[in-house]
Amino acid sequence: MQTPGLLDSALALLARDLKLGYRRLGELANPLVFFLVVATLFPLATSPEKELLMEIGPGIVWVAALLSSVLALDTLYRSDMDDGTLEQMALSPQPLAWLLLIKTIAHWLVSGLPLVILAPLVAKAFFLPAEAMWGMVASLALGTPTLSLIGSIGAALTAGLRRGGALVAMLVLPLSMPILIFGARATDLAMDGMDITGPLNLLAAIMFLALSLGPIAAAAAIRVSLD
Amino acid sequence: MTFMEFLNMGGYAAYVWSSVGLTVAVLIINVITARRAVSQELARLRGRYTNEANTGASQ
Amino acid sequence: MWTWFHKLSSPPHFYRLSASLIPWFGWLAAALIISSLYGGLVLAPADYQQGDGFRIIYVHVPSAMLSLFIYMFMATAAAIGMIWRMKLAHAVAVACAPIGASITFLALATGSIWGKPMWGTWWAWDARLTSELILLFLYLGYMGLRSAIDDTNRADRASAILALVGVVNVPIVHYSVTWWNSLHQGSTLMKKGGPALPPDMALPLFGMIIGFMCFFGAVALTRVKREVLVREQNSKWVKDMVTSK
Repeated sequence: MQTPGLLDSALALLARDLKLGYRRLGELANPLVFFLVVATLFPLATSPEKELLMEIGPGIVWVAALLSSVLALDTLYRSDMDDGTLEQMALSPQPLAWLLLIKTIAHWLVSGLPLVILAPLVAKAFFLPAEAMWGMVASLALGTPTLSLIGSIGAALTAGLRRGGALVAMLVLPLSMPILIFGARATDLAMDGMDITGPLNLLAAIMFLALSLGPIAAAAAIRVSLD
Repeated sequence: MTFMEFLNMGGYAAYVWSSVGLTVAVLIINVITARRAVSQELARLRGRYTNEANTGASQ
Repeated sequence: MWTWFHKLSSPPHFYRLSASLIPWFGWLAAALIISSLYGGLVLAPADYQQGDGFRIIYVHVPSAMLSLFIYMFMATAAAIGMIWRMKLAHAVAVACAPIGASITFLALATGSIWGKPMWGTWWAWDARLTSELILLFLYLGYMGLRSAIDDTNRADRASAILALVGVVNVPIVHYSVTWWNSLHQGSTLMKKGGPALPPDMALPLFGMIIGFMCFFGAVALTRVKREVLVREQNSKWVKDMVTSK
């Protein structure tokens, strides 16, 4: 039997991870609920005034999305690490970086994409005008995969560590700051009806950088963690 | 520049001197902690080797 | 040349070399910093716009430059450690982190103090300040990751990867004033055609920068000594050296 090629292994792994993801739906709903709860905290802590909420809305949606994506990272490698699947992946003929990329994509589809879909709902609660919606969704659609990719490096570095959860946030958040800046800015500009191609292009560029180099760093980190 | 002018820094005394003071502090603290790290480790090792010599050489 | 490099990777040799170099770096640093502070705080003329307030440049710019330099040095040492599997290179990287973090803090603090009278604000979320703050978080993250992993070998390699991933931030800090409209002033020293400062202002600044580098050399080598002692504590040469004192 021939060794499965890149495409076959990708599809197989994607199908497996998505299936597993939907089986543990409760576990994956956590970050989404977290997203909604965090967003809710701000009007409670600051003020429910429409003016203020519209002003800080884009930023809040983005911060909540960022924190939720960091929270979701725990599920990326944990079960595969625990049952030895990750070790098998490292030993398999397919490049580990490729396999990890597919895992990250599957992870984003289950934890990141729902965020992008839910975001307009939250934005509506912050009185964001319709013109801003498109900009916000586009920035999240470009930004959340990047957050997952950067996060996968942090998760790989701390995989198997006992106190890994809190540490992952400390490692991933500084690297995610540029994405937060450009993403929130894109939404702000969209709200003022201005051209958002600038920040969106930057977000796309960062995403491609993360897409090409992220899995390589993650693979190196997983090998370190598996020893 | 007279000494009073030196201390006063054209009205910016608080800013200039706090910056310089902070810098000197950070530099000195770095030196002290680094040196202390070495001496503490040497002391710890000395204790450990003496201990091993007393209780029979370690494996 | 390779024999020199190979000798360098031997811990006892490196230890002895550090011990002899530290006093040189140390005294040179002290001499340069003290004389340059005198040159900058007393001798240099006051600035046309900022008066004597501009003299903060003599501590702010060297610390900012050193903060970036240390990170690149740390990342390079980590890369050497990964590629050539040199334990000593990893030890150097570990030694750099706390120094780098404190110097980055110093750059941010002196910058903030300088900003208050000149810009009217202690802080601004512009590209340079924000990316320098991210640099501080990267140093802290590096130190945090190291302390979370018990096995030295794994800690070395994991933190090496983290250090290398963080390298992307360094050009962002450096070029932030070129790429974005920034509150922070643009490049004065490393412009094409030479620095935009007159010599009596520029000379103490260069003196401070080199003095800071020597300071880093002295303190980093001291910390590497400590790292070597910890990592090599079971070896004969350390036992002999410690017990013979």
